[in-house]
Formats: sequence, structure tokens, C-alpha cells
Amino acid sequence: MPFQSTVGDYQTVATLETFGFLPPMTQDEIYDQIAYIIAQGWSPVIEHVHPSRSMQTYWSYWKLPFFGEKDLNIVVSELEACHRAYPDHHVRIVGYDAYTQSQGVCFVVFEGR
Amino acid sequence: MSKKYDAGVKEYRDTYWTPDYVPLDTDLLACFKCTGQEGVPKEEVAAAVAAESSTGTWSTVWSELLTDLEFYKGRCYRIEDVPGDKEAFYAFIAYPLDLFEEGSITNVLTSLVGNVFGFKALRHLRLEDIRFPIAFIKTCGGPPNGIQVERDRLNKYGRPLLGCTIKPKLGLSGKNYGRVVYECLRGGLDLTKDDENINSQPFQRWRERFEFVAEAVKLAQQETGEIKGHYLNCTANTPEEMYERAEFAKELDMPIIMHDYITGGFTANTGLANWCRKNGMLLHIHRAMHAVIDRHPKHGIHFRVLAKCLRLSGGDQLHTGTVVGKLEGDRQTTLGYIDNLRESFVPEDRSRGNFFDQDWGSMPGVFAVASGGIHVWHMPALVTIFGDDSCLQFGGGTHGHPWGSAAGAAANRVALEACVKARNEGRDLEKESRDILMGAAKHSPELAIALETWKEIKFEFDTVDKLDVQ
Repeated sequence: MPFQSTVGDYQTVATLETFGFLPPMTQDEIYDQIAYIIAQGWSPVIEHVHPSRSMQTYWSYWKLPFFGEKDLNIVVSELEACHRAYPDHHVRIVGYDAYTQSQGVCFVVFEGR
Repeated sequence: MSKKYDAGVKEYRDTYWTPDYVPLDTDLLACFKCTGQEGVPKEEVAAAVAAESSTGTWSTVWSELLTDLEFYKGRCYRIEDVPGDKEAFYAFIAYPLDLFEEGSITNVLTSLVGNVFGFKALRHLRLEDIRFPIAFIKTCGGPPNGIQVERDRLNKYGRPLLGCTIKPKLGLSGKNYGRVVYECLRGGLDLTKDDENINSQPFQRWRERFEFVAEAVKLAQQETGEIKGHYLNCTANTPEEMYERAEFAKELDMPIIMHDYITGGFTANTGLANWCRKNGMLLHIHRAMHAVIDRHPKHGIHFRVLAKCLRLSGGDQLHTGTVVGKLEGDRQTTLGYIDNLRESFVPEDRSRGNFFDQDWGSMPGVFAVASGGIHVWHMPALVTIFGDDSCLQFGGGTHGHPWGSAAGAAANRVALEACVKARNEGRDLEKESRDILMGAAKHSPELAIALETWKEIKFEFDTVDKLDVQ
């Protein structure tokens, strides 16, 4: 086969860091990741920002970090509430680790436009 | 009580073999694997090592009575058999803290692995491990930033960092080199790397490289919306040149530079780490020449010592081998020293080759870098072995993709994220590796082609340097 017909064209994509290269997650897959956050003893944090400002360090908190929250359903309903309140914003879930002062998990659940 | 001068040659063990000694918390402890010449008793060999690496010399000298040598001498306090080896034995030696200049790894190594390694009564000698007392650690600068700060600067969370070395390693012009950097970063890598032997050669002077690379990094960052970086190698023939390159990287607003800490030397490395701390620059550390020193099971310095020394001298990322790729590295041993790069306390664990409890106090952690002959099929094992606080670097495994470096980068990024996602879901990455990768490839033609390209490539040679176990 001629060379050119076997080579694909890779188009640059704008992505939102971790899991940006995977297809959008199903609801069950998102639940699994939140369950992992809780199982690690990390605090769920919900953050949102307008897509035009996605590269800034600080996104807005949705309420406050949910310190010590162990209930998966509460985290899910807060994620949805944030998305309803800011439908055009990116919404991400963070698993915040107070021991390392870092994030064990961080990915965008709802992409704004 | 004063002593009298008694000229002559004493046996080392009379002074330096002290089996009743209980090491102090402030002592620097070392474990040497010793292989003596035939007929020399173990105690004499071990005591000679303690003497020659601290205060002793072959003859009694009058001037030692001017000081209190009992206070300054190193002591061998324990001898142990090496499992599965009839000739060699471990000698445990305690050195008083005051034998060493504060914060100077150079000074520690000059004593511990200096003249003693050429000592005739020894056939082989290997420094297996050092327990640095917390009192010494507190005098060292350590990583200029550390894992947590690096994550915050680069905005990378919940997964290993993904990088690659630019290939071919030598011979590209600055502009062509920048092109390859751009391709990798736009394809989804976080970081790219100068190969260690790229310094400032006739085909590509350093300033040329730095400028084109900076343009590539900024462009990829704009187009992808993610933070990118390239390790600009500042290793040079003089410290002055090294700092000039570092300053220029800062002027270009680049986030990270690089140094080769063994060929460059510990003094240069500590200096550059201090510069990075002052200037908010991340520091990637390469380890060329390490295998000359650390690979022989009976002679030299074990890499766990070199890794500990680097954490103290300063670096935010250090190459550690891959376990699964083309370069030497036993799995348990590797786990043992990456703990010493990243954790704040590492307990003694002979099954991982750690001979001492090691308390790091508040010293920041160093990212473990896995690089060398790895490709997408290795991804599940790499994520399992190295965990999130690592940087996985695929050179040939990026540029060798049939569609080029950008597609190769994307394939690796998809594979990495699929593995992290699966791990978080509770799946066993190593057992289910095939399903996880093939599943991810359904959504990524780049990954599907990468999996096909590298399906037969393995590097299954036995390791030369194994843990001493029966």
C-alpha cells in the first residue's frame, strides 16, 4: 500500500487535563470514580468555571469542599445542582487529600460551551 | 584520661570494631557489602572499612593524640552474613555526625566511598545503604519544589505525568528539534525531555534549542489548553555555563530545566537545585553513569544510595529505571528506592533492599521517572509499579508510531488514562491489561495502531544485580 494512504492525520484537540483523552463517562463510570475518592478518605470538591477561563488556576468552588462526605448520592446530587446552576460552565470533581495538600483525583464531569 | 603515644601498626579491629556500640540517633549509618582478601578475618576487614572511611590511617600517628579520636571515629558495630554468599558479609558502620559538613553530600561521599574502595585488603566493596540522621537531613536543601508543588505548577492531578525524550538523541537542528517537541506536546504529552547527551553541540547550540523549544511549548499549550513543559538540559562543562543556560530558560518563561547529577557532580547539582529553589524552576534529574557505579552486585554503590543522595542534593524528578523496559532493574529493589524518593518515612525492609529505617522529616518528595524501552503494552504494569507520583516516558514508544509523534503521544495518553480509570474502578491492571488496552483502543485509532505495532516487543533478560536472598 502506498505510504500516504496508511498514515492518518492526527488533529490537535483541546482537552481538560486528566481523562481528557477518554470518551465522556457514563453515569456509572462517574459514580465509580466518586466511590474511589470516598474510599481513599479524600474529600470531594466541586469546582466550575466558564470555558473561556479554563486555564486559570482557581476555578470557583461550588459551595465549599465537602469535607468528610461519605455519601455518594449527596456528591452526585451536588454535581448535578452545580451543573443546573451553571449550565454553560465546566464542572469538575476533585478528590482532595489534606495530608498531601494535593488532589488524588481531578476530572471534568460536565463540559460547558 | 590521657594516653601515651605508642608508635607502630595496630590492627584496625582493636580500635574500630566495637560490637557493643549502640548507634545514636544522630549517627550516620552505613551498610557495606565487603569481600575481603583470603585469610583476612571479617572483623579486621570491617574495621578497616570503618577506619579508612573515617579517622584512621594505616599507622598510628602521634598527632591523633591531640584530639579525642574516640569522639570522631567511625565504628563497625555489626557484621552479618550475606544470604546465599559464602565470601561476602555486611558491615554496619556508624559515623558521628560531626565528621560531615552540614548539607554536603559531596563531603559524605568523599569520606564513605573515597580511598577505602581501593584498599588492598578488600577484593570488593559495595556501599549498600546509608541511614541519614534527621539532624543531617535538616541541613540539606533537598528538592527545590517537590511532588506537591510540581503538580500544582503543572496542573496535573490523579495520574502519573506523561513524557518522552526527543529522538534522534543527537543530530537535529534547533528548529527540527522544536518541531518534534511540538508534535509530542500537541499529541497529549505533558512533558518532553532533552536527551542527556544533548548539551550544546555544533549541530545544535543550546540557545538555538531553547528558543525553538520555548515556542513549541507555548504553541502546544495554547492549542491544547493544558500546561506543557520541556526539560531544557542545562548540564554544561562549567558551572558558569550551566547557570547561564538556566537563566535563559527562566527568561523564556519555561517551567522546568534538567541536570545530569552524576556526570555533572553533586556540587554542581546542589548549586543548580538551590538556583531552582530561588527562581521557581522545576528540576529534572538524569543519572548518566549510574550503571558504571551501581550495577555490579559486589562492588560500587547501590542506586538506593545514589537516589537518597539526590533527594538530599536536590531534584524534583529522578530516573529510576522501569522494571519492565530495556534497562536493568529488579522490581522489589526499585520499589524500595522509589519509597525513599517519595515518602516521609521508610521502614527497614530487607525484602525491598532497605537496610535501615529512614526518616525524611519534612523533605519534599521526588517524582520517580520511568524511561527506557517502554511502550503502550507496558502501561498497566507501569501504573501498578510506579503509582501516580511518577513520570512515565516513552521515547521510541512515541516517535515510533506509524503516524508520527503526535499520534504516538495520543496513544500513550489514552492508554495511561484508561489504566488510571480502570485502577480507580478497582480492576486489576496487570491481570486485565489486555482487556483494558483493547477496550480503550476502540475509541482511539492511534492506540489501536500502537498496540499492533509493538505487540511482540519484550525485554526479558534476567537482572544482573538481584537482592541478596536465599
